[in-house]
Amino acid sequence: MNTVNPDEAVHPLDPYLRAERIPHIWCSGCGLGLVVNCFLRGLIKSRLELDKVVVVSGIGCTGRAAGYINLDSFHTTHGRAIPFATGLKLANPELKVVVISGDGDLAAIGGNHLIHAARRNADITVLCINNFIYGMTGGQVGPTTPLTARTTTSVGGNIDEPFNIPYLAAASGAAYVARWTTAQVIRLEKSITEALLKKGFSLIEIIAPCPTYYGRMNKQRTGLEQMKYYRDNSIVKSGIDPKHVGIEFNGQIIVGRFVD
Amino acid sequence: MKKGDVRPDNRKLIIITERCKECGFCIEFCPQHVIAKSAEINSKGYHPVYLNDEAKCTKCDICGMICPDFAIGIVDTEKQQEARG
Amino acid sequence: MTERKYLAGEFFMSGDDACAEGAISAGCRFFAGYPITPASEIAERMSERLPEVAGSYIQMEDELASLAAVLGASWGGVKAMTATSGPGFSLMMENLGLGIMTETPCVIVDVQRGSPSTGLPTLTGQGDMMQARWGSHGSYSIIALSPDSPQELYSLTIRAFNLSEKYRLPVLVMTEAATGHMYEKVVIPPMNEIEVVHRRKPAVSAGKYLPFKPDADLVPPMASAGEGYRVHITGLTHDERGYPAMTAEAQDRLVRRLVDKIEQNRGDIIDLEEDGIDGAEVVVCSYGISARVSRIAVEQARAEGIRIGMLRLITVWPFPEDRIRDIAGQARAFVVPEINYGQISLEVERCACGRAETVLVPHMGGGVHSPETILEAIKQVVR
Repeated sequence: MNTVNPDEAVHPLDPYLRAERIPHIWCSGCGLGLVVNCFLRGLIKSRLELDKVVVVSGIGCTGRAAGYINLDSFHTTHGRAIPFATGLKLANPELKVVVISGDGDLAAIGGNHLIHAARRNADITVLCINNFIYGMTGGQVGPTTPLTARTTTSVGGNIDEPFNIPYLAAASGAAYVARWTTAQVIRLEKSITEALLKKGFSLIEIIAPCPTYYGRMNKQRTGLEQMKYYRDNSIVKSGIDPKHVGIEFNGQIIVGRFVD
Repeated sequence: MKKGDVRPDNRKLIIITERCKECGFCIEFCPQHVIAKSAEINSKGYHPVYLNDEAKCTKCDICGMICPDFAIGIVDTEKQQEARG
Repeated sequence: MTERKYLAGEFFMSGDDACAEGAISAGCRFFAGYPITPASEIAERMSERLPEVAGSYIQMEDELASLAAVLGASWGGVKAMTATSGPGFSLMMENLGLGIMTETPCVIVDVQRGSPSTGLPTLTGQGDMMQARWGSHGSYSIIALSPDSPQELYSLTIRAFNLSEKYRLPVLVMTEAATGHMYEKVVIPPMNEIEVVHRRKPAVSAGKYLPFKPDADLVPPMASAGEGYRVHITGLTHDERGYPAMTAEAQDRLVRRLVDKIEQNRGDIIDLEEDGIDGAEVVVCSYGISARVSRIAVEQARAEGIRIGMLRLITVWPFPEDRIRDIAGQARAFVVPEINYGQISLEVERCACGRAETVLVPHMGGGVHSPETILEAIKQVVR
């Protein structure tokens, strides 16, 4: 048997995590830990000086990411990670500032800050983790919830069109825009390295499973089912105009590097 | 080392059973299909995974990349030893 | 761009401009703001002056972003400020709470105008004083200073920065449209005559540093981002490591310390200006622009033989409870002129505890009191 006693094993990413806080609070099958995993690997490959890398998050399940990463990390107010990050970067341009936040945090309450930072081409990297829902507060409809999806505040099916985040970011002036799902770990990691090293406003939308709410209310009860759905329904179209990459309920997910 | 020598492979799969939350990602995405749920139960009540055919594991580390819980991955044991000092 | 760098000398300057110069004298090198009457001129002057002193100015998309950017810049190691008026002040309340909870030094200037709501944008008010104390949710303490002239707006902005660095929290400068837009002589001393305080830095290495472990004065030393300390800062209730601690015990420890670090240091923080209080029958208690008008009324009353004293609150929060209690034991009444319908007067009344009468002289806003109105109220008391 080659499973190792946890007292002896050290996961290779533990030095980059606040390992005393692992296991983290995220649910079984949640994609957030996977995104942190990819982020750390992409960060290591970028060879940036880690003391100068700063993570800023907002509020929500994704917002908790800042608390698990062993870098200077700031868990700020709902929707305001991006302006906080802007202040950090202006105060000390040597810092590499990364915003890790969720779809509701960045595109609803934080939407204004998102488009202005993109307009300014602020030199920050934004990982927008999109699980189509407000998870932490119990599964309410969000700005990226697909049309007709069920949530606790759209029990008859969502009647509002969601944002197409890559299109929004690109139209606002972002220098680098990509989307991947958590099923494309290798490409996601590579994209993260690219975005970190890119000067200007970079945004990666990362489609990730929320089994507890979005999945359970929309007949994909486990993270695994959602991962399989991503794997089987993603199509890579790098270079495509992001206006074409809107996501329909249970439809195709176009992924790729759209703007660079 | 000189030409013709075989470089030693110090890599090994580790599984931190206490961290596993039985999400099933590594099982599904392992290209060799050599990861499965064990019959054990960890302190959180999950069945942690285990490697059921060590010979077939190519140490590609897809499991390591895809695990949301930092519970599995390929380590270079020599580097680990060095790190522990 | 002219090479003005640091100014020194005598100037004929508006309050808003003096505020900006005070910030620069204090070492402020970051300003993020949003235009709002009557504070826009502070932003305008900072946008011009900060590049001259190798600082940064950014105009953000709203006041929420402005204060968020100020907090971020402070964690980037730079003294930072924003300036606004009532409506913007309301928008900043959530991030003010974040600043308090994360113990982030910074300065917020509120150039008050007619309120509530859009009110009287170009005319003066003092209606945000209670909001300055309690505007954000939760139990916390705050420091708020109230200057009575462009000169004092200059010097109290420096004091605000020094207090924010020493006690690690956002400090408020509560001024008014009248003071902000008033032109008067402002003397800016040479740089080496200005006392500037910097946040205490950690004395230990990264491995041993606990970001929220306080020193004896209840204030923790502060590392900046990028210095290798790998701090974690959250608005959630946290322990000394900075990690979220969702327990009643952690809440009790943290909230008490955030309040106590101000309350226990009142002696250092509170500044008052007193005139003729000993033996006074009536004491006028006032702040900001209202204090200037009050002084005239006090002189007139004295000339008419009334035993009158004046207490000017330079520091409005923390409120000088003990001083009011003491005076309430000697004087018969407080007269409190303010440009609102009663805010600081409520504190005076609370602390007077019925031992002295508290007479509010309100002005709803849009102008300042006439000295006659205040004098009349004084005379009513002694009749």
